[in-house]
Amino acid sequence: MLTDLEFSKLRWRCRRGFLENDIILTRLLDRRGANFTAEEHEQLLALISLDDNDLWEIIAGRSDDFPQGCNGMVETLRQTRVNH
Amino acid sequence: MALSVHKYDAVVVGAGGAGMRCSLQLARAGLRVAVLSKVFPTRSHTVAAQGGIGASLGNMDEDNWHYHFYDTVKGSDWLGDQDAIEFMCREAPKVVYELEHMGMPFDRNPDGTIYQRPFGGHSAKYGEKPVPRACAAADRTGHAMLHTLYQQNVKSNTTFFVEWMALDIIRDAEGDVVGVTALEMETGEVSIFHAKCVLFATGGAGRIFAASTNAFINTGDGLGMAARAGIPLEDMEFWQFHPTGVHNAGVLLTEGCRGEGAILRNKDGERFMERYAPKLKDLAPRDFVSRCMDQEIKEGRGCGPNGDYIALDLTHLGGETIMKRLPSVHEIGKNFANVDVIKEPIPVVPTIHYQMGGIPTNIHGQVVVPRNGNPNTVVNGFYAIGECSCVSVHGANRLGTNSLLDLLVFGRAAGNHLIETALASKAHKPLPANAADYSLARIAKLDQSNSGEYPQDVANDLRRAMQTHAGVFRTQKSMDEGVVKVLAIAERAASLSLKDKSKVFNTARIEALEVANLMEAAKATMVSAAARKESRGAHTVDDYGDTPEHPLGRNDEVWMKHTLWYSEGNRLDYKPVQTKPLTVDTVPLAKRTF
Ligand SMILES: Cc1cc2nc3c(=O)[nH]c(=O)nc-3n(C[C@H](O)[C@H](O)[C@H](O)COP(=O)(O)OP(=O)(O)OC[C@H]3O[C@@H](n4cnc5c(N)ncnc54)[C@H](O)[C@@H]3O)c2cc1C
Repeated sequence: MLTDLEFSKLRWRCRRGFLENDIILTRLLDRRGANFTAEEHEQLLALISLDDNDLWEIIAGRSDDFPQGCNGMVETLRQTRVNH
Repeated sequence: MALSVHKYDAVVVGAGGAGMRCSLQLARAGLRVAVLSKVFPTRSHTVAAQGGIGASLGNMDEDNWHYHFYDTVKGSDWLGDQDAIEFMCREAPKVVYELEHMGMPFDRNPDGTIYQRPFGGHSAKYGEKPVPRACAAADRTGHAMLHTLYQQNVKSNTTFFVEWMALDIIRDAEGDVVGVTALEMETGEVSIFHAKCVLFATGGAGRIFAASTNAFINTGDGLGMAARAGIPLEDMEFWQFHPTGVHNAGVLLTEGCRGEGAILRNKDGERFMERYAPKLKDLAPRDFVSRCMDQEIKEGRGCGPNGDYIALDLTHLGGETIMKRLPSVHEIGKNFANVDVIKEPIPVVPTIHYQMGGIPTNIHGQVVVPRNGNPNTVVNGFYAIGECSCVSVHGANRLGTNSLLDLLVFGRAAGNHLIETALASKAHKPLPANAADYSLARIAKLDQSNSGEYPQDVANDLRRAMQTHAGVFRTQKSMDEGVVKVLAIAERAASLSLKDKSKVFNTARIEALEVANLMEAAKATMVSAAARKESRGAHTVDDYGDTPEHPLGRNDEVWMKHTLWYSEGNRLDYKPVQTKPLTVDTVPLAKRTF
């Protein structure tokens, strides 16, 4: 479970340069609220530090070029993408 | 309490294409430049642009700036200022080649020249035939441009303040701009940026509408700050719509769908475009198709349980064609509409895409306002560039690829103007004693609130009202009702409540501050739209139809003028369109036919 501060920061950093990423990341945060483990949080922070196009390629499943150890969160984001 | 004061020669608010092109020019000239951004620079909305940058390089076919100039004036439905349009089109090749020299990875022809692709509205020989004019870096033009500019800025010692939100403009007793206040998200502290000049490059306000292709960040902060500081907003009634944004998501479906044969259908399965445009059908121009879709919805023939969307049918194209020619459409269907476009139609609605109006400027990027009989008196120390500005090169309707061009040309021009006016040797004007009081009071009011609505609830109501009353299909009655509704929502927005009152990285507080900016942009749009009693470009009103005196509803005798909306008193003023270019003959008025 994230602290209020961690969650607030995460929410802001999920503001992206284009809409596709905004929608999927917001969908994830709306569903999960602050319910992320420390490990998930770390993975998500690593992924959202990527450029928008690279992040979207990963979320869309066209690229597996993501930081090491982020497999779990990549899978979660891909699931979030397909499950409306 | 003493606030910290940061002192720079120039403060640029916004790190998108416009802001970073300008800051680069200034930093390279050795000026001390600060760039403030709500998000990391390369995450600015410019990153979304895929299509390209318009410039008459003539690499694929005969082309020159005169053709580009003509297309842009015509595209603007003669509301664009012809001096600014000439300036932009003449400078275009130069800014593209400069970007190339900075390392922008443009697509190439086999002979090494920059590859150019065709785009709607761009023609050779004054409308005779399409010409490839868009310079692109695959489908990542905006991304490549932002990265190139960011790297160059870092090299030139521009100082970036990332996750800082500018709050308000500081003007002195003479009305000159001497700085901005800004909130550092990490600490929650407000600081003053004291500068010899302030440049706004804050992007558009596309999030005032419910259906928007714009990222969530586009809340029109620059417009809000300018309006609160007594600066009028120009031509805010003109917004460009794209016909095929995914219903409830906004994500753009490329025009290529209809090019490949996709059909728009209403709830009865009817191919309704046959009724409106018997020849071109689904391939009629963007604004026309958008209005027909909206009419179907308004007349009760929309699809879905709420009858609020149109079905874009690709099923007859077959899986093989779809996967080969339109793979991204298949992907978007799956991800944002839960639809397999091979098997079923995808719900779409006309969706807001681009803001033509903004903060009024001249071709140097200087903000101009009416004063003592001169409609274009310079506000000392204040510049605006990019989508937040209105110079006005797009007039009533923008051509694709002309926005990225606008960022580069006027970002550079503003920088050059400051350098030419010897900014470095000028002294800072003193800050007024109460420089930050207004911003601090706005924040204190939010922090002390214990009743009132949450920002997002009010913002959502605003977006719905704007979609209904200032959408693609406008009637006088609906716009008049919209004014009443939006002003009522503005009252509610004046007393928002925060759940979270913490100081450090309080996203809720930031969002509440954004709502104040959304409100100004929305009021400007709604009031300006209801007042303009004609159809022109993107502002098409059913009441003002095609007549022999006023073809396509455009009334040049009365309405060929720019709107200026003032927040104080919710008041309107107008100023003439500049029909005289810098060196060539005026493009004479004509009916805009396609
Ligand atoms: C999907 C899509 C595709 C497009 N494709 C094209 C195309 O191919 N060609 C073309 O010409 N145009 C295109 N456009 C339009 C074009 O991308 C935009 O008009 C342009 O990028 C806007 O750039 P800008 O520099 O004005 O603002 P932005 O890139 O939006 O940058 C705004 C900056 O201001 C900052 N900011 C905002 N408010 C504050 C504040 N209060 N405090 C601090 N910082 C703040 C932000 O953090 C950001 O850095 C497209 C638009 C969309 C939506």
